[in-house]
Amino acid sequence: MPGFFSKERITAGHRYNRWLIPPAALAVHLCIGQAYAFSVFNEPMTRVLGISQSAPDDWKLTTLGWIYSLAIVFLGLSAAFGGKWLEKVGPRRTMFTAACCFGGGFILSAIGVYLHQVWLLYLGYGVIGGCGLGLGYVSPVSTLIKWFPDRRGMATGLAIMGFGGGAMIGAPLGVMLMKHFESETSVGVMEAFVVMGVLYFISMVIGSLAIRIPPPDWKPEGWTPPVESKKMVTKRHVHIDQALKTPQFYLLWAILCLNVTAGIGILGQASVMIQEMFKGAITPEAAAGFVGLLSLFNMGGRFVWSSASDYLGRQNTYFLFFALGTFLYSMLPTFSGEGNIVLFIAASAVILSMYGGGFATIPAYLADIFGTKYVGGIHGRLLTAWATAGVLGPVLVNYIREYQIDHGVAKADAYTTTLYIMAGLLMVGFICNLMMKEVHEQHYMKHDEVENGETA
Amino acid sequence: MTASENQGKENHAVLLVLFWAYVLIPLGWGVYQTFKKALALFA
Repeated sequence: MPGFFSKERITAGHRYNRWLIPPAALAVHLCIGQAYAFSVFNEPMTRVLGISQSAPDDWKLTTLGWIYSLAIVFLGLSAAFGGKWLEKVGPRRTMFTAACCFGGGFILSAIGVYLHQVWLLYLGYGVIGGCGLGLGYVSPVSTLIKWFPDRRGMATGLAIMGFGGGAMIGAPLGVMLMKHFESETSVGVMEAFVVMGVLYFISMVIGSLAIRIPPPDWKPEGWTPPVESKKMVTKRHVHIDQALKTPQFYLLWAILCLNVTAGIGILGQASVMIQEMFKGAITPEAAAGFVGLLSLFNMGGRFVWSSASDYLGRQNTYFLFFALGTFLYSMLPTFSGEGNIVLFIAASAVILSMYGGGFATIPAYLADIFGTKYVGGIHGRLLTAWATAGVLGPVLVNYIREYQIDHGVAKADAYTTTLYIMAGLLMVGFICNLMMKEVHEQHYMKHDEVENGETA
Repeated sequence: MTASENQGKENHAVLLVLFWAYVLIPLGWGVYQTFKKALALFA
């Protein structure tokens, strides 16, 4: 009898409703998206001992900043190394493992707060939780692509939209819980960690129990695969290890990395940037509202652009991201110079929608180029581009800004060069996308290898 | 189509609505909270 987590056990019947799969993926992604909102705990964690204000032995913000950084690094590493395991064991086991890691990471971090041992938070949320993030992120992607061969972009966009939405739930939930548990002897972080760890574990386990893979010869009712292959959409498969030997993998890596770097450049600095570029016109509260607006467009863009890519084609969608992104980035200093807040906000919102869209469309682009058989694992390896951009984007923005201010440039003008550099990065992305061609014949798996699940 | 197949489809439909509600309600709450924050930009 096949084990509870085995692929055989979760293979659906032919009449299974495929619309039950996206909420299973969302149940996981809405939880792990909380990572984007981890910063709400930072300030209260600097008062764990002093409660009302920081005591001399309390943690510093710089010490706490490593928790999030570690989580993102381990997200990239676990997605890269766990992708092949995911293809072997299937989505249920991977999602369940992600639930244990993410929920367990919260619990270990709660113990770390209780004992005031920061290494337990590094290990808990950073390392173990980070592995949960990576495994949870990639686990439903290939399953969704197999269930929605007719709407690959929309299906993966739905799940990855959940990651953007997870921060919108995680931030107010974290604040609400801390407020609820706050007392004269506690800032409420430990208790909030325990509640969130349990809630997220349960929700992710529900997702893992609901996930199903389609039977091998399954296709949507009334849908017939196109007889002739569309350009840049293969019906064949490239093995996960072989994909790394193709130039297409590295071009897609660069495409994702450049698109994310440009988006993070705005997202990471949005609050300070708008206040400095429109000095006196934007209050800190309004700047926080600007960040909220960008988050909404980041999330919405994930669904809208990836769904649009099913009709526009993946390569054309990225052409649009890079061309429109270059134009809008290079116009931001002009809008700022003219004092045109409305156009500045509108352009930033569109840029952020394309940042989210870039994340959500990449799995479908990978499936088009490398086939669907190993797309989850290949996607995992491509996510190292995200980890790289996560470092590159903020460093570029901060370093160039500091350099310019040190050399006498006014704060309001200090972003101009950075924004032009971001536009330049997007032009490089455009060229990478232009160079994308179908994979060479030699890299595809032979028919019998596909049947037997052979390694390349 | 047999009666049991019809029953199965109805069960799927109920499950479908419940499962989507389970993920969309928290998401809607999160979006609403963010939207309220975003309104400060236009205040």
